[in-house]
Amino acid sequence: MHYHKPQTFEDAIKIAASARGVTRFLAGGTDVLVQLRAGTVTPDDLIDLKLIPGVHDIVRAADGGWTIGIAVSGAELGRHAGLVTEWPGVVEGMNLVGSTQVQGRATLAGNLCNGSPAADSVPGLVAAGATVTVVGPNGTRRLAVEDIPASPGRTHLQPGEIVSAIHLPPRGLNGGDAYLRFIPRTEMDIAVVGCAISLTLDGDKIATARVALGAVAPKVILVAEAAAILIGTTLDDNALSALQAAATAAAQPITDRRGTVEFRKDVTAVLAARTARIAYTRAKGEAK
Amino acid sequence: MAKDERTTEFRLIGTRPNRPDGLDKVTGRARYGADMTLPGMLFAAVVRSPHAHARILKIDASAALALDGVKAVVTRADFPTGLTGEDWNLQENSMAGDVALYDGHAVAAVAATSRLLAEDAAKLIKVDYEVLPHVIDVDDAIRPDAPVVRTGAADHSVPAGSPPNVVKCVDFGHGDIEAGFAAADLVREHTYKTEATHQGYIEPHACVAQLGADGKGEMWVCTQGQWYIRRMCAAVLGIDASGLRVTPSEIGGGFGGKTIIFMEPLALALSRKAGGRPVKLVMSRSDVLRATGPTASASMDVKLGMTKDGKLTAAKVNFRMQGGAFLGASPVGEALSCALACYDIPAVQHDGVEVLANRPKAAAYRAPGSPMAAFAVESLLDEMCHELGLDPLDVRLKNAVHEGVKASYGPTYAKIGLVEVLEATKAHPNLLAKLGPNQGRGIASGFWFNHGGETSVSLAIGEDGTVTVSAGTPDIGGSRASLALMVAETLGIEYEAVRVNIVETGALGVNEPSHGSRATFATGKAAVEAARQAIGEMCRRAAKEWGIEEEAVVWKDGAAMPAGPNAGQFPPMTIAEIGAKMGGNGGPISGHHETNAEGVGASFGAHVVDVEVDPETGRTTILRYLVVQDAGRAIHPAYVEGQYQGGAVQGIGWALNEEYVYGANGRLQNAVFLDYRIPVASDLPMIDTVIVEVPNPGHPYGVRGVGETGITPPLPAIANAVAMATGARIRSLPLSPPKVLAAIKAKGRG
Repeated sequence: MHYHKPQTFEDAIKIAASARGVTRFLAGGTDVLVQLRAGTVTPDDLIDLKLIPGVHDIVRAADGGWTIGIAVSGAELGRHAGLVTEWPGVVEGMNLVGSTQVQGRATLAGNLCNGSPAADSVPGLVAAGATVTVVGPNGTRRLAVEDIPASPGRTHLQPGEIVSAIHLPPRGLNGGDAYLRFIPRTEMDIAVVGCAISLTLDGDKIATARVALGAVAPKVILVAEAAAILIGTTLDDNALSALQAAATAAAQPITDRRGTVEFRKDVTAVLAARTARIAYTRAKGEAK
Repeated sequence: MAKDERTTEFRLIGTRPNRPDGLDKVTGRARYGADMTLPGMLFAAVVRSPHAHARILKIDASAALALDGVKAVVTRADFPTGLTGEDWNLQENSMAGDVALYDGHAVAAVAATSRLLAEDAAKLIKVDYEVLPHVIDVDDAIRPDAPVVRTGAADHSVPAGSPPNVVKCVDFGHGDIEAGFAAADLVREHTYKTEATHQGYIEPHACVAQLGADGKGEMWVCTQGQWYIRRMCAAVLGIDASGLRVTPSEIGGGFGGKTIIFMEPLALALSRKAGGRPVKLVMSRSDVLRATGPTASASMDVKLGMTKDGKLTAAKVNFRMQGGAFLGASPVGEALSCALACYDIPAVQHDGVEVLANRPKAAAYRAPGSPMAAFAVESLLDEMCHELGLDPLDVRLKNAVHEGVKASYGPTYAKIGLVEVLEATKAHPNLLAKLGPNQGRGIASGFWFNHGGETSVSLAIGEDGTVTVSAGTPDIGGSRASLALMVAETLGIEYEAVRVNIVETGALGVNEPSHGSRATFATGKAAVEAARQAIGEMCRRAAKEWGIEEEAVVWKDGAAMPAGPNAGQFPPMTIAEIGAKMGGNGGPISGHHETNAEGVGASFGAHVVDVEVDPETGRTTILRYLVVQDAGRAIHPAYVEGQYQGGAVQGIGWALNEEYVYGANGRLQNAVFLDYRIPVASDLPMIDTVIVEVPNPGHPYGVRGVGETGITPPLPAIANAVAMATGARIRSLPLSPPKVLAAIKAKGRG
């Protein structure tokens, strides 16, 4: 195994392009190193991206949004006052990943590129309308977060492509987001169902909304039908019931060691309503 | 040292000094199984069957052996043949013979100069299998048409014509069972199931083993019992037990699972084949979950008869248990014996069978059999109390066993403390806490026999009067602290002046492992006797020096002194003075005691748990938890409380989320801690404890043993609480959210 420490993304792309076997990029390493130790993935080339300037930074973008470096840890995200205020749902999703120790290393980019349908930080990013910059041998492109995952463990990134930054849009006024997951325990577990909702209000009415679900399909999904139901409502009981029905209909879960199809569908409805209430409360500027 | 909460007339017993092993453990100095390194040491890796049941057609290790640095490969062909009984079981479980019997069963092992190389070499060992039909579930395994796990495995207790996987039958009872049920106002009968769970000790099995062609060897190993490991390895390898010297490492949890061997013979066989070089073998967590002792899974029928004022009139239990592919691995006998042990019932009948399945060989797990049995019996008892409108705690008190009662499993109880436990439970403020919506309170009792067993202890007086105790029971729960307290109390010296060493197999006679809650009881009893013997000798030395009769010397406050004014006027001779002089005054002074410790005192407990169940997700939160248990005497109350809390926590895991999940292919689906869900700290409230002390007359300080009873009530206590919170009675474990939600929904439809 060859371990590389490129100083620029250009160098990283070149190293990846010349690698012939199994290649893995290292940011926090909380998936890659575990897979390596378990013997499930033994990379021929391990390309460490942590030393590239800027990857540890969180920067206010010109449009009022945020650009988050790919090596920013969950712990750093959780201590960033601006992000916690504007995108609490994104931050709480990331902060649910692993233990306190893992939070010191784990990153949004790694959680996204690991390709798990149960990744806790991804639904929040999708609901937020986050995008990523992707650099690679054929140039740079910008993709919506929901367009990155393909299926369990797989992404739509081309060989040699690297996510180089994560972008959150401007929060604007009267917005709120939230993420909830269901696990049988209280921490250190994998989501059986995850749900993130981001919305903005015009008075008491929901003006815009995005709903994302995790762990109920081969990848994290954006549920446009569920969002459409919310728009124009005050999140009354009818809206909540319709949201639950739409979310449940969109869920295509499997039965495995973590839950059954029926249970995951039931819990999808429960989390959709609970998440919507929290996002709505936050959008109203009420503490939650 | 603080004597807070002092409960006894003793100087040290009942105090809470720091544990002698504490500093080493918190600073990392303590050496566990994987911490040993020897010159020239090789590293081992094990090839395991990916199939639940498969004939091994061919093992080709040529590619592995061709790697530079690979020093040995062993298969079953490297072990002696002709073993019988449990020795054969142990050999077969360590390394498959013709057939792999479960997912994870070892089929070959390799030793190489590095761990990575050994792992690479293991991947190159090619095994050809013919996959055979398998059976996993205990009720499936008992069917007459089930795939046969092994023919000819049944013992003499099984009647002809029984289903092929039934290997043992047990039945016992007393009283007129029909008359008992006839006298009842309410008779109820239900079936209960529990899934297999793992002990979940934090430290995986690990050893460094060395064995020469001369059959002489040594092993450093994480174990609960060095002599058991020695005897088992010797039998499996065909060497003399005394040829092997086994030193126990520090141990990171065992709970019964480290009383037998798993991979140890593989390390020894590899060493022998590699010219006697030491071999280190460390299991991964997946290896531990797939191939070391989980507990049995159980399917249980219970029938109880009760009068309308709550008196039990008759009880009938019929248990089916699988403990893997090996006869005798399930605790069906213990489960039956514990099932009704809390209650004075005129007529009881117990029937049970052990069934083989394509699963790992079950090992002991904290009160083996008792938690499952309690789940079945205490759940039904709770249902009947509610049906009759009776208080479940009062009903337990009304039927509680006490001294002089014939136990359900045969003997007559000596002094026991169940009534005192239930009365202390009734008086606890947790029972006054108000319950909100979706909350419920569950109560259950539990029992464990406790154990004495083969024990050998030595004690030596140092030249400065400090004392070394050599004990043979590895310290898995604070026993060094309790032994030091008992020895210091007996000798009249300070706790800090006693060092307790856990010694290797060459240093003492045979000791049983630290199992059965026996260490503080049996090793403690022997250590006190050894101390008394040393006191006798020290009194003789003083008498000799003073020129008076031996009988005229007494031992008090750590010194020899004349028995009274008639004995003569001499200043007390302290243990330090005696130690300083002993070299020129008769030689070393020691005490030694060995025994098959009798006078065991059974331990009873009662738990009360408050839960809240999310009615939309079926998720259970433990709000409050109370453990009340009779310790006999708490030598070190903090470690007694720790045992109570630990038992409760393991029971909470078993009740709520822990289970072995198998795929249709018979492979274990959750062989990692991420998916084998033991509770994490944030899942738990502080576990409240009450130590009841009804001293055991069979121990010099009244000890009963406290390790195991604490895991027996949680399963039914939690099930009873969930039933109250949801109105849905669930008769199978775990009470995982999908199962609880389904039960809530079914109730709504009903």
